[in-house]
Amino acid sequence: MDGIHDLGGQSGHNALGYSRDEPVFKARWEATVFAMVQACARAGAYQNIDQFRHAVERIDPQAYLEHGYYGRWLGAVETLFVEAGILTTLEITERACALGAGGDDLIAARPGHDVNQVAGYPAMRISAAGARSFKIGDPVQTAQDAPLGHTRLPGYARGKLGSITACQGLWPYPDLRAHGHGEQSQPLYTVTFNSLDLGFTEVFELNLDLFEPYLTRPEDQK
Amino acid sequence: MSDQPAPQSLRTEAIEALLVERKLLTPEDIDTVLTTFSEQVGPMNGATLVARAWTDEAFKTRLLEDATTIIQEYGFEGGQVDKLVVKACTESVHHVVVCTLCSCYPWAVLGLPPRWYKDPGYRSRIVREPRAVLQEMGLTLPETTAIKVWDSSAEIRYMVLPLRPPGLEALDETALTALITRDAMIGVAAIEQRA
Repeated sequence: MDGIHDLGGQSGHNALGYSRDEPVFKARWEATVFAMVQACARAGAYQNIDQFRHAVERIDPQAYLEHGYYGRWLGAVETLFVEAGILTTLEITERACALGAGGDDLIAARPGHDVNQVAGYPAMRISAAGARSFKIGDPVQTAQDAPLGHTRLPGYARGKLGSITACQGLWPYPDLRAHGHGEQSQPLYTVTFNSLDLGFTEVFELNLDLFEPYLTRPEDQK
Repeated sequence: MSDQPAPQSLRTEAIEALLVERKLLTPEDIDTVLTTFSEQVGPMNGATLVARAWTDEAFKTRLLEDATTIIQEYGFEGGQVDKLVVKACTESVHHVVVCTLCSCYPWAVLGLPPRWYKDPGYRSRIVREPRAVLQEMGLTLPETTAIKVWDSSAEIRYMVLPLRPPGLEALDETALTALITRDAMIGVAAIEQRA
């Protein structure tokens, strides 16, 4: 999906905030969020990493930028607990207000019940595993479109030309696994791009690990 | 920092209380997280591999060919690593790792990622202007050094084998390990020789 999480290549986020030394957790609540994510998996509120990633992607975009990494996880874990019917937004908010939270605090979680029906790339784009297998050295064109659901093709690399530099075997396909459609493993490739082909001005090489359904042969585009 | 607790802290406390009441979470779970990632899983694991690769050519070859088997042999755990690929820096090529879509990171060898790795600045810019970003972070690469960026978009995790600085022949593996930083294994710093 298009969203705030797809940060690669975006302008405007200039500050790096680089620090060589910092504590692993800045405050205890960050470690608590970490443990809550583990509890969320144990409770069956999510089944795989792609479902969790998609919950992070769906949080409030302002919170995504302002609440930090564990703030994003907090939004995701609340989303998943509420969607699983284990907690309700109302009881969480009431409890938080009783602890001193403000009634107008920005809440990151965005639970919804229809979203799991939305798959990533349409199923028709999925070939039988290996049917379209690329080999090292093959030129490839990445998909142009942005699916409504979860996907792992970053926006900056859509509709671009690259080449296969490694074949990584079969891996669970995030675009479907994130939406509860099983693993539906697909071939994964390392695809190497020249930065100029991505529209950037600095010269370097960029590598992405991309699933076969994101890729076509350039001649098939004509 | 103000004295007021962050709203996220209060909301976390609220969810924590509800989960504890429902017996889905215990305070010990939180202590386990703190202990695991403060003491057991961290960049010292990656540094062990780098120091050995610097002193043992056969090990280096294996590390670059199949790092996944090696971390299994070492028993490095901590999730997030189904397959590890190590990329070796040379005089002519520098590698740097990012995850632009979320914050994928090789936990088993480097621990939990630093804040800047997960924040929008690094994630947006390192795939657009890596040489400028590295310079801003204090790493100025020669013009003749090519840059290769690895954006971790699937379940393969990447770690950088930094260039071994000259003049360390007298140091043993343990002494070398102490020189190897997390940031050098992400690819945003060079190894510095400390006196």
